[in-house]
Amino acid sequence: MTDVPQPSLEKVLSEHLQPPMANGEVLFEAPWHGRVFGMAVALHEAGVFNWDEFQLQLIDVIKLWDRTASDADEYQYYEHFQTALQQLMVDKGLLSREDLALRQTHLANLPHGHDH
Amino acid sequence: MSQTTAAIRAQALESLLTERGLLDADLIDDVIVRYNERVGPMNGAKLVAHAWSDVAFKKRLLTDATAVVNEFEFSGGQVDKLVVVENTPDTHNVVVCTLCSCYPWAVLGLPPKWYKDPAYRSRVVREPRSVLAEFGTFISTEKKIRVWDSSAEIRYMVLPEMPAAWQGRDVDSLAASVSRDSMIGVTVLDAN
Repeated sequence: MTDVPQPSLEKVLSEHLQPPMANGEVLFEAPWHGRVFGMAVALHEAGVFNWDEFQLQLIDVIKLWDRTASDADEYQYYEHFQTALQQLMVDKGLLSREDLALRQTHLANLPHGHDH
Repeated sequence: MSQTTAAIRAQALESLLTERGLLDADLIDDVIVRYNERVGPMNGAKLVAHAWSDVAFKKRLLTDATAVVNEFEFSGGQVDKLVVVENTPDTHNVVVCTLCSCYPWAVLGLPPKWYKDPAYRSRVVREPRSVLAEFGTFISTEKKIRVWDSSAEIRYMVLPEMPAAWQGRDVDSLAASVSRDSMIGVTVLDAN
């Protein structure tokens, strides 16, 4: 679907660098964080949108949260990340809010264990 | 939103995108693997180690980091324009993105959680010294602290000061000792 340019991975890997200290952190705290991140980057690499478009959308979403969230609300970065991604896909006419909501309800109502 | 709801929401999005042929699930896996394994602060650490070992390289890195990074061809993306700022005996630099989470992925990987949190984003600009102290980093009051606000257009990385005791070590060994947090500027390196 897309031709991801990875020109010199071999070069980078061949440098035999040890990861620096303080690098032992888990990249994605929950699997869905990774999925959401992966979707955004893969769509961008497939040419569906420019990264700047996504970035601006994300800034808006976070700005709104900063303005409206109460102290009790926990800041969940990847929720904002997904909201921004969905808004961008809706703006581009590639997905509709209704379809997203329907699918979410459908999945939420599946008996456990039926989604694998 | 609970974690379960958030996970289902992500699943709903993924299932629609793949069903409509907008995305292949394998591509998502590829991105995750790539970022888990190949994109990370080891790339930035390599630049730092080179800069410490080679004055001419350091000069180029400080004047046009974007060009230097492109020569290295790291596989990260998100460095349209990279600016490297140097810590000196007079000035300590620290990087933030007050608006969201802009960060030079290609050289530092993905940002740590605290970098994206509202507390760090808002406080480090107002009271950098206290925030750094919470990281266990105590900057002498004689030293100036400069805070750099990343944006979609410009991303920053700090060139930390090299501990004197590391003099004479080779590039690989130096690179292995450079921490991510020192390149964000929330810590300084010490020889221990």
